[in-house]
Amino acid sequence: MTDLPADHLHDEAVETTPTVRRVQRKMVPIVPAQNIAGRALVLVIAIMTFLSCLTFGAVTLVRDTASVWENQISREATIQIKPVEGLDMEAALAQASQIASEFPGVKGTKIVDRDATARLLEPWLGSGLNIDELPVPRLIVVTIDEASPPDFAAMRAAITPKLPSAALDDHRTWVDRLVAMGRTTVTIGFAVLALILSATVLTVVFATRGAMAGNGHIIEVLHFVGAEARFIAREFRWHFLVTGMKGAAAGGAAAIAVFIIFSWWSSRNMATPQADQATALFGNFAIGSTGYFGVGLMVLVIGALTAATSHATVVAYLSDIDIRQPDAG
Amino acid sequence: MIRFENVGLRYGMGPEILRDISLHIPERSFQFLSGPSGAGKTTLLRLLFMSLKPTRGLITIFGKDRSRISRSELPLLRRRIGVVFQDFRLLDHMTTYENVALPLRVRGREEASYRTDVTELLKWDGLGERMHVLPPVLSGGEKQRAAIARALIEQPEILLADEPTGNVDPPLARRLLRLFIELNRLGTAVVIATHDLGLMEQVDARRMILAGGRLDVYD
Repeated sequence: MTDLPADHLHDEAVETTPTVRRVQRKMVPIVPAQNIAGRALVLVIAIMTFLSCLTFGAVTLVRDTASVWENQISREATIQIKPVEGLDMEAALAQASQIASEFPGVKGTKIVDRDATARLLEPWLGSGLNIDELPVPRLIVVTIDEASPPDFAAMRAAITPKLPSAALDDHRTWVDRLVAMGRTTVTIGFAVLALILSATVLTVVFATRGAMAGNGHIIEVLHFVGAEARFIAREFRWHFLVTGMKGAAAGGAAAIAVFIIFSWWSSRNMATPQADQATALFGNFAIGSTGYFGVGLMVLVIGALTAATSHATVVAYLSDIDIRQPDAG
Repeated sequence: MIRFENVGLRYGMGPEILRDISLHIPERSFQFLSGPSGAGKTTLLRLLFMSLKPTRGLITIFGKDRSRISRSELPLLRRRIGVVFQDFRLLDHMTTYENVALPLRVRGREEASYRTDVTELLKWDGLGERMHVLPPVLSGGEKQRAAIARALIEQPEILLADEPTGNVDPPLARRLLRLFIELNRLGTAVVIATHDLGLMEQVDARRMILAGGRLDVYD
């Protein structure tokens, strides 16, 4: 409008210089930085991200612990020799140990000696036990190479004909049960995580749409001043990406803080009965690099989800904007 | 510039709100669109602004058949039309200056390239002292002038104003009318929707009267 006539409409005297100088400040964003709905959205996203990250961390912890249980137990097998009439127990132990150690995949064997056996039975039979007075079975611990475990069936077939009272226990039943339990726990954990993530997605989508509803007039004005749909969508997408990332980062950081605090507590209370119990069950409460990577990924995904929701809302709003216009005249 | 031939419009399955509307808005013309409340003035303005599609008839805007204009073409064509809404539709978190500059900003122009134009327009419009004020602080008349300035900043070929004097006192209404006349002298076609007979009597201009869904044009 540079060709306007000099006799403009205003009656007041106009100071030009200060006015022009003041104009040179930074333009405000087209989508207002924050309002109550925006702050509520940040809070909702932070809470849901926190819960999602905690669930993810817990699942990671249980999965790692289950894996540790499985590996620790499958590292060993046991040969048990029951005392029978006429059996030279020490010779039988040596023979069984010899047979087992010859199998590929066996790293070593160790006979549980008399004193150790007595200590094992002490909780039930008391101290001062003379082991020779009782028909107590004796044990050989066979240490196994986890990478290439021995053929237990062949080992059993080699030992049993020579020592009929010997029994090889490869802990398979126990390991299988433990693995099944661990897998069930992890599966339940993933199911809970899926539910939490679904709830997070729905909450983020609805909270974003709620926050967008307060911006409908801005979309309308932009639409009517000739803004292209992609311009409007971009403005809102960027705004809500930042909003979503803020909330998600806060929630993710809080979850990481919780894991760090638990890890610190766990290491600080090491060797106390409570900590030993917790460590026996859950390891050392550290979620590891996978856990931290997952938390970071979740923050990004939730930020992107918020932006995508705002984009879809803008596109939907623009597609029916003309239908919803009130007809005053 | 804009031509309607036997245009009809209904919302959904309802009755026809506009029936057999035929009109021509030439370049540099000045006209009032009048009629009782609820006659369909705003609806007709929305058809002119391509915010609605007719249910029948032919609309030609800037030489293009409305029914063949794609969604992606609409923003470019809308930039050739300035609209002043009855309820102003100013964004409350932006100053008067920023509201007026908005049509240029959405085109991706750098602020330095339009700062002088916006400032000059606001001074011409009588808002030179109010350009850094947020809309909630402006009076009804100032909001109206801000909305007019926003509609004019892109130098549109046609200006559509919906009840532009509905919220102002008679002296300010006369000043706003002078502004529209001046704008028309500069080459912009003007359509003012109003039911203010006093306002229309001040100017010898074409009158389009809507009643019962039909339009009568008095040249």
